[in-house]
Amino acid sequence: MTTLTINGAERTLDVDPDTPLLWVLRDELRLTGTKFGCGVAQCGACTVMLNGMPRRACVTPIRTLAGADVTTIEGMSGREYDAVQAAWRALDVPQCGWCQSGQVMSATMLLQQLPAPTDQQIDEAMAGNICRCATYHRIRTAIHDAARTLEG
Amino acid sequence: MLRMTLMAAVLAAPAVAQELRAPDQITGANDAARSAALFTEMGKVLQHPRCLNCHPVTGGPTQGDDMHPHNPPIVRGEADFGAAGLNCNSCHGTENIPYLTRTGSIPGHDPWQLAPVSMGWQGRSLAEICAQIKDPARNGGKDLAAILDHHARDGLVGWGWAPGEGRTPAPGSQQLFGELTRAWIDTGAVCPAG
Repeated sequence: MTTLTINGAERTLDVDPDTPLLWVLRDELRLTGTKFGCGVAQCGACTVMLNGMPRRACVTPIRTLAGADVTTIEGMSGREYDAVQAAWRALDVPQCGWCQSGQVMSATMLLQQLPAPTDQQIDEAMAGNICRCATYHRIRTAIHDAARTLEG
Repeated sequence: MLRMTLMAAVLAAPAVAQELRAPDQITGANDAARSAALFTEMGKVLQHPRCLNCHPVTGGPTQGDDMHPHNPPIVRGEADFGAAGLNCNSCHGTENIPYLTRTGSIPGHDPWQLAPVSMGWQGRSLAEICAQIKDPARNGGKDLAAILDHHARDGLVGWGWAPGEGRTPAPGSQQLFGELTRAWIDTGAVCPAG
């Protein structure tokens, strides 16, 4: 049994302790906004917030999360997240959309840490999130746009 | 057939695999020569990919026994902890985690981060590394006793001998590395020439 908080609600999970968080989110809790991409922390599609920091859910066993605070794309909120979401919509950043919840997590964290990132800082921050539709230019533009809306 | 199998096994062994000798197996014409020889033996650990990969001089970490650039591309960042938005703990947890979808594992430890730039060793000679290790201005303010404690007991140093599935451990053991460090200090902590 592992008890943790997911999207603000306390959950007690009776699953194999080695079960990755990603499996729990999608198969047990039906929170399918977080995607399976590679299973080996190479693509970023499964990124969630763990105690306020981005974390690849595919390499995070549930046994390591007792007392943890997990936020998935379904539970995200806040100034930077709202700005990212609005910019994403305005620019039609998602194409197939598979990687986008992970992209949004990393972009939100970037803006929380660096309110006005440069192109290079965006590329460095987003290097762990692969997009098979190659929307990288839109992602970069959307992060700049989101940053501008946060200036005021 | 058995001989051929054994030969194949030997030839297939990673190039970095080597034994670490105990202090009583290290000799020298005098204390200074033996001390330098002891550090040279310690160099088998210090210059092993498990250690060097996170002791880069420029740029971010490397990976694997061939020390290729880390994938995904990772920069050092201001806190030796990756870029803003992509810190080390985005992927690396507090322990090694086996992959469920293929062989291998993602390494982890608490803490998990790069060594500071002043402790960068990649491409440096053993003499240069030795000078860095002894210099409190570059080693985080450690005296020789603190260096011994770091080598013999630090958890992240110890990870080098328990690196998880898919990675070659550093030679010997942390205990033996600590014994070599103690013997090196006891003989004057002399650096090898060159």
